[in-house]
Formats: sequence, C-alpha cells, structure tokens
Amino acid sequence: MHKVYHRIEQIAGNVIVVTAENVVYGELAQVTSDMGTSLAQVIRLEANRVSLQVFAGGRGIATDSKVRFLGNTMQIPFSENLLGRVFTGSGVPRDKGPEITENKIPIGGPSVNPAKRIIPRNMVRTGIPMIDVFNTLVESQKLPIFSVAGEPYNELLARIALQAEVDVIILGGMGLKHDDYLYFRDTLEENGALSRSVLYVHTAADPTVECMLVPDIALATAEKFALQDKRVLVLLTDMTNFADSMKEVAITMEQIPSNRGYPGDLYSQLAARYEKAVDFEGSGSITILAVTTMPGDDVTHPVPDNTGYITEGQFYLKNGRIEPFGSLSRLKQQVNSRTRDDHRTIMDTMIQLYASYKETLEKQSMGFRMSGWDQKLLKYGERFENEMMALSVNIPLEEALDRGWEILADCFEPQETGISSKLVDEFWKK
Amino acid sequence: MNLGKIVGVNGNLLTVEFEKPVIQNEVGFARLGDISLKSEVIRVRGSHAELQVFEATTGLRVGDQVEFTGELLAVELGPGLLTQVFDGLQNPLPALAEECGFFLQRGKYLQALPRETKWKFTPAVKAGDSVLAGDAVGCVPEGIFDHKIMVPFRLHGRLTVKEVAAEGEYTVEDVVARVADEKGREYEVRMMQVWPVKVPVKCYAERLRPSEPLITKVRIVDTFFPVARGGTYCIPGPFGAGKTVLQQITSRHADVDVVIIAACGERAGEVVETLREFPELTDPRTGKSLMERTLIICNTSSMPVAAREASVYTAVTIAEYYRQMGLNVLLLADSTSRWAQALREMSGRLEEIPGEEAFPAYLESVIAAFYERGGVVRLHDGSTGSVTIGGTVSPAGGNFEEPVTQSTLKVVGAFHGLSRARSDARRYPAIDPLDSWSKYPSLVDAEELELARHFLREGNEVNQMMKVVGEEGTSLDDFIVYLKGEYLDDVYLQQNAFHEVDAATPVERQKHVFSALAKILRTKMKFESKEAARGFFQSLTQATRDWNQIAMEIPEFKQQEEQLDAMLAEVTSYET
Repeated sequence: MHKVYHRIEQIAGNVIVVTAENVVYGELAQVTSDMGTSLAQVIRLEANRVSLQVFAGGRGIATDSKVRFLGNTMQIPFSENLLGRVFTGSGVPRDKGPEITENKIPIGGPSVNPAKRIIPRNMVRTGIPMIDVFNTLVESQKLPIFSVAGEPYNELLARIALQAEVDVIILGGMGLKHDDYLYFRDTLEENGALSRSVLYVHTAADPTVECMLVPDIALATAEKFALQDKRVLVLLTDMTNFADSMKEVAITMEQIPSNRGYPGDLYSQLAARYEKAVDFEGSGSITILAVTTMPGDDVTHPVPDNTGYITEGQFYLKNGRIEPFGSLSRLKQQVNSRTRDDHRTIMDTMIQLYASYKETLEKQSMGFRMSGWDQKLLKYGERFENEMMALSVNIPLEEALDRGWEILADCFEPQETGISSKLVDEFWKK
Repeated sequence: MNLGKIVGVNGNLLTVEFEKPVIQNEVGFARLGDISLKSEVIRVRGSHAELQVFEATTGLRVGDQVEFTGELLAVELGPGLLTQVFDGLQNPLPALAEECGFFLQRGKYLQALPRETKWKFTPAVKAGDSVLAGDAVGCVPEGIFDHKIMVPFRLHGRLTVKEVAAEGEYTVEDVVARVADEKGREYEVRMMQVWPVKVPVKCYAERLRPSEPLITKVRIVDTFFPVARGGTYCIPGPFGAGKTVLQQITSRHADVDVVIIAACGERAGEVVETLREFPELTDPRTGKSLMERTLIICNTSSMPVAAREASVYTAVTIAEYYRQMGLNVLLLADSTSRWAQALREMSGRLEEIPGEEAFPAYLESVIAAFYERGGVVRLHDGSTGSVTIGGTVSPAGGNFEEPVTQSTLKVVGAFHGLSRARSDARRYPAIDPLDSWSKYPSLVDAEELELARHFLREGNEVNQMMKVVGEEGTSLDDFIVYLKGEYLDDVYLQQNAFHEVDAATPVERQKHVFSALAKILRTKMKFESKEAARGFFQSLTQATRDWNQIAMEIPEFKQQEEQLDAMLAEVTSYET
C-alpha cells in the first residue's frame, strides 16, 4: 500500500519538493492535479525532503496536489507488438492503438563490458555515394549528422533508414516539429517500413522532461531487439534539443553551469547514450545515427563539440549535400578494404582532386589566371558535385565506384591522378 | 564495524551521518539489498560525511546503511598485473565478462590478482640481511621480466630480514619473508601488497633529472619535440586530429619496458582495437607479443564517472610499482580532460565555488600533483627506474586557452599540440611544428635542428605572404625557402603510420636521414623559374618518400640516397 502525500512544499520549473519517508532514489511517483495525472521521478533526497521531476511539467500543479510513490523505477514495456507503433517520450501510445503493458524493462541500463566488444566488420549500405564510397557507415557505429537548422537532415535520416539493410528501425524524436513527426511516420508507412519500426516521439509542444527520456527509452528497446539477434538502427533527432532540455532542468535545479549554460556532465550524459551502440558477438547489433543541429553553424558549440569527441566520426550536411571535408567515418578502414580493390583509391583520389578544385575556385575568385590544369579541375569539380555529392544520387556502391572512374577518365589523363598503374590498367575507362 | 546512515542522495553523491571517526578518502560500501556499492569519502562536515559512489545510486534510500572500511582507496600490487585489462577500480574486465556476460553489473567487485596462480619464487636475501621498504626480497618470472617481490612500501626505517621462504612455488597470498623493524615488531612480506592510489610511492633514494631520451620512433617527436624517460608531455587537440592514433602508435613503438594505457572516459571501441590487436603484434625488443608488456586500465565514457576519476590514479600507482623494480614505464592517459570533467561533476554536486568554466579551483594543483608522479628515480640498490607520463587533452572547441590545457602546460616538459589545419590537410601526425615545444634534449645535432626550424618558420611566413600577393609577387629566393620548408614537412615531419617501414623510424635512421636533409636545406640552389623549382622539389619529395619506405639494412637504401645526391648536384649553385 503506497502512501499518498498532499503537501507540496516547493514548485520550481518542472521540479517539485515534498516531505516523504522511505522513498527510494530514482523511483517514480504519480502526481495528480487538476491538469491530470503525470509521472514524476525522484532526483534528489535530502533527509525527508524529496525532489521530484514531473514529466508533464510543473504547470497547473497545486500545493495540495496528490503525490503517490510507486516503488519502482522507470520501466517501459517490451514486446514484438511495439513494431509499427508510435509512443510519446514517456512511453504512452501516441497513435490510436492499445496500451502495451506486458514485460516491463528498465531504461538506462548498465554499459557493455569493453572486454566483450568486438572490432566492427560489417558495412551498412545506404545507396548514397558520399556515405558508401567516401565515409562508409559501419554496423554498430555511432554517427551524428552535423548541420544547421533548415538543412534536410530529417529527409536524409529517413532515406538512410529506408535503404539500410537492418531488421528494426527505432526512431527517437526529440523536440520534433509536428510536421516532421508526420513526415517520418508517413514516409515509413508509404515505403512499407513502418511494420519494422518503433517510434518514440517527443514534439516541441510536449513537456521538456519527456524529451530527456526519449534516447533512453529508444535505446533500451533497441538493446532488447539486438539481444534477440536483430540488427537495429536507432535514429535520434535532434540531440541538441535533448541537450537543451538537460540544460533547462539543470538550471532549474540550480546546478552550476559549465559552458554556455550546459551542465558539467554534458559529455558523460551524451556518452552514456551514444556508447549503447554495439555489436553483440553472436547476436544482433545497434547502430546509432543522430542529428545534432549546430546553432549558428558553429562546430565549437558545446553540443556538437562534445558529440564529436564521443562519436565515431560525423556527417557534415551543408547546402543540402554531405561535405567531404569535415565529414569522417572513423570506422571506414575496418570495412572498405574488403569491398572492392579500387574502393580506397577512388575514395582518396577523388577527394584530393576535389580539394584541388576548391583551391582553384579560390584562385579564380581572386582573379588569378586559370591554367589548363585549372580548367580540368573546374570541369571535374562540377561533375563531382552533380553526380556524386548531390543527395538525389541513389546508386549502389559498385555503380558509384564505376561512375567515379568514368568521371576521372572524362576529365584527366591517368598519370595526372596519381593512381597506381596497376589499378589504372584494371579500371581506367578508355 | 563502523556504520553510518544515509541522509541524502544527489546523483552519485551520498550524504551519510556517522558516529565513529571516519577518514578523508576512505572507502565505504553503501548497502543496497544484497549488494554493496563502493564509494569514497570526499568531504566531511560536522557529523555528515559526503561520499562519491563509483556506481549508479538508483534504489538507495534515506536510512540505508553505509559501512566504512577504514582503508583508503587502494590497488593490489603483485605478479599477474601485466597483460590484464582492468576498470578504473582494478576489476579485471575479462573475468567480469565471464561472470556477468555482456553488461557490467553494479556492485560486482572481483580480485585484481588471481589467487590460485602459483609463481616460482627465487629469494634474493637471507635471514639477518638489512633491507628498506621497496627493496627486493626475491623475484618471480612474469612474462618477459623478473618481477621483484618487495618489502611493503608502507614500512618505515631499517628492517632486518628474519626469515625468507625457500625457492619454490607460492601464491600471491603466501608469506615469502618476515622482516622486523628497529623496535623488533615483525611484519609479513607477501607477494602481493596493497597501496592507496592517491599517495605517491616514495621508496627510492633520490629523484633524478630526466635526461635520457625516450624513443617513440615518431620522427617529429624524437627529433623536434623529444620526450625524456621520466619526463612528462601532453597532447592537446580537437576531435579528429589524431590524439588517440598517436597514443596507439606510441604504445606500440616506445622504447620502454612496460606500457600502461589508461583509457579514461574515451570511446570503448578504441580500447577494443588495442585489446584485440596487441596480442597479435610482436614487440621488436623481445620478440614476444606486445600484450606481454602492456596493461590496460579502461574506464570508458559510459562507465561510472567517479571510477573515471580513480582510474588515472590506479594507472599511475601501478606504474610506480613497476618503476620500483628498476624498469622504465610509460603511462599513456587518454584523455586527461575527461578526468578533469569527472572532478568538475563532483565539485558541482558538492556545490563548491566554481573556477573558470566551472572547473574546481583546485584543478591546477590536482593536475600538477598527477604529472609530478612521473620521474626518474635512483633506487636503494643503485639501479634507476622511470615513469614517463603522456596525457592527451581534449579541449572544448579545440581551443587551447581552456583551463585543463593551460594547467597541464604549466607542469609538463613537452607540448605536442595537434592542429585541425594539419589533420584536415592529412598531414599526419598532425603535431603543429610551429606551436609545439619540448624542454628535453633532442637526439640530433642542435645546430642542424635550428636550421630546420628556421626553414619551417620562414617557409610558413612566405606561404602566408603568397596568399596575399600570389606566386607572381614572390621572389624566387623566398619561393625556394618556402619549397624547402614544405619539403622538410612532407618527407620528415609527416610519417605514414600504416607503412611497415615508415611507421617506425629508429634512432640511427633518424640521425642519418636528418643530417642528409640538413645538407639539402643548407645547399644553395639555382633554378630558371619557379615552375622549375616546384618541379624539382616535387620529384625530390617523391624520391625521398620512396627512400623513407626502404628498410635501412638493404642495399637499395644506399642506392636511393645516392640518387638523391645526384638530383641535388644538378641544381646546386656554386656562385658565392
């Protein structure tokens, strides 16, 4: 029998304080006010003063609202029935389907023992040359898309999700615009992928605290699927909103901010989520693709900066294209030696030439004279941008490599590319 | 038993009411059902002690018991440490995996040293001998070394050996000797001893000045910004600049006896590479697997934060232990920023008055104290041992003006600053040759080194100028200076970590190649035009790179060198 408390001593932001006995750190409580019932979690114990974070926010809570402690920590249901469903940040159905109550699992579980990890070895094919050829995505990788607001990052995410060969897709939406949420749902549905997807969506209109729960819920579900031998792709968008809601709560709790108002444990908090990416030996895997919007296109902003130190590279989305400079997949070396013999050469050569093209553009804009070599580069750069970089290009890796050779042959003589004569003999398009 | 009662929980910080005396930094166990959570006293106020818990605190409640142990946070020292993989609290991770499977389990602590393994002990002293704390009483073979069994470091003054075990097989817990102090009190000496991690081991005769170079076989380091045995250095750099790769290369090639890798708050995937690859790689010094001289302390980013703070101390304590045997130890800490952030998180919970960027005000002294645990020492038996500390720093936004980088720069002997510009241009290792520095002596001739630095500096200036006035506005002489600087950068500073020869350049080769390059830099050259100059340096660069990839032992090395000489002769100007 759980005791009900009626006297709330303090309400600040989303945090309320009650005097209560025998409360467990981290446990959930139900807060009932005129606004309805919401879950809340214990985030601090000081003698018998208990601080609770109310998921639905502090608005409308009266000093005599009812608080009932539930005696258990945050848990979510897990079963095959989750597939095809949409939930809110606290795990309540957002679609019109029935509530699922079976088989509750805890969220935010312990991390994987590093001694049990293995070196990643499987490529994830996406059909996007800028990824497949130049910065290959690898199963169990954690990779963010860095971009400014307004870029088509959600479209890119959806496309990768649809084309990647995975068993289960889990979407964690944080602070999504309602249209974006509908876009994801409809796109998955139209392409017949909704039946292998689970969506946890927090929209911008929902309470802040729920935003903080989304990654944990999404990843806890992913972990369970992965342990059932499924290859799981987790999409998290947008992690900057997640960080911002942590900031909001930390400031309400009067924590000392470290950098631009973010709490001092931002790095550890982000790492705890991203490090859930794993390849379970002899079982499934979790690959994480996230979106990190950069306020003001500033990569030194605390969120992208800390993220960059945690993740295994990043895709840098700018002007509707994945930029080859600034983008990096740290794990590509693990797989791109085993795709096709010319993969690494095409990757290196095309990027080096594209870098030269950029230099030539600079020279051109400063009014220096264009040599014959410069002219070749200008032609090459244009073809590269239109036929490889554009996001509309959708071809498998092998076709992309062939197209690379074709562009090179069209623009240069073999010796100008610095490609070894052995590969030229084998692949150069005459 | 000293029991306390929890009166507050805030994240991983417990406030505990106690009655009997408690010790600052002692270990306590918070009881949660049938498991106990390890924690450490970090502040005492009145009758309340504040403890940082090395695990998640979910499930604790006010009134739960905390047992104080009376012992400071300590590690086990003895044979069997090498080749191991520990977490920040010295739990062996592979053993943990065997027991708990894929996931780490809260409240599970295992013994660091295997208790059943028998080691073949050979005594080195006899009854009646006089010894000091830290002196060897015997040794056991551990992989590639004779592991010395030493008089416990905690004993004081002159001690007399009362009894020594005969040669034979013993476990780490067996008593192998008895010693008595001047007052006649007797102590047992076991193969294993425990030592508090936050206290430096000082059982040596004196500390010496680091003077001998520590060869890393990375040219830009050994020649331009050398590290000394017993010295300290730091590698700050933005993400993606190659800090971890540089540390991995160093851990493979460094000319030391033992390498301790402290993966502190970084990606788990990187540790896995070391874990899986080192057993396969051969150590050229011993011909055995690299893992035999390596020990990994692994507290990656998603593991508990308080244990991350402990992990660097665990690592340095084990390093000091091996130094005490007269060995040269290299400790690589990746990354010290994560450790500093762990300090910041705790400081925030303690509601201390924050310093810059909310780091605690004592950050500087803590960093200084950590690096000061490195050093060369002369032991009581006259031999020397060293601990060299190399720490990476991950500055926020890649900006070196932040507190951790600045505090570290004050106390280290060498600074290898990685630059984003160099790594973007794929110039690896991306150590900035203009900003970095070292206070240790280089292995090459000082005058030649100054000449090389001159060309790097001047070349850079010409390059900057050219960006404004274009190649047309630059004089041919200046242009040659620029080309020489670029040439040195291309063929010497840059090194291909994936090529079997180029990846590691031994001392002799560095000396030989560097003086050959100095000769090229010194040579006055004559060209018809800038185009001709550029063309010449392009082919010279190509030829020198080929030279870098030829093993020094085979005749082709000499032939390639002669070819370079011939190329040089063609452009040499003999005008005065």
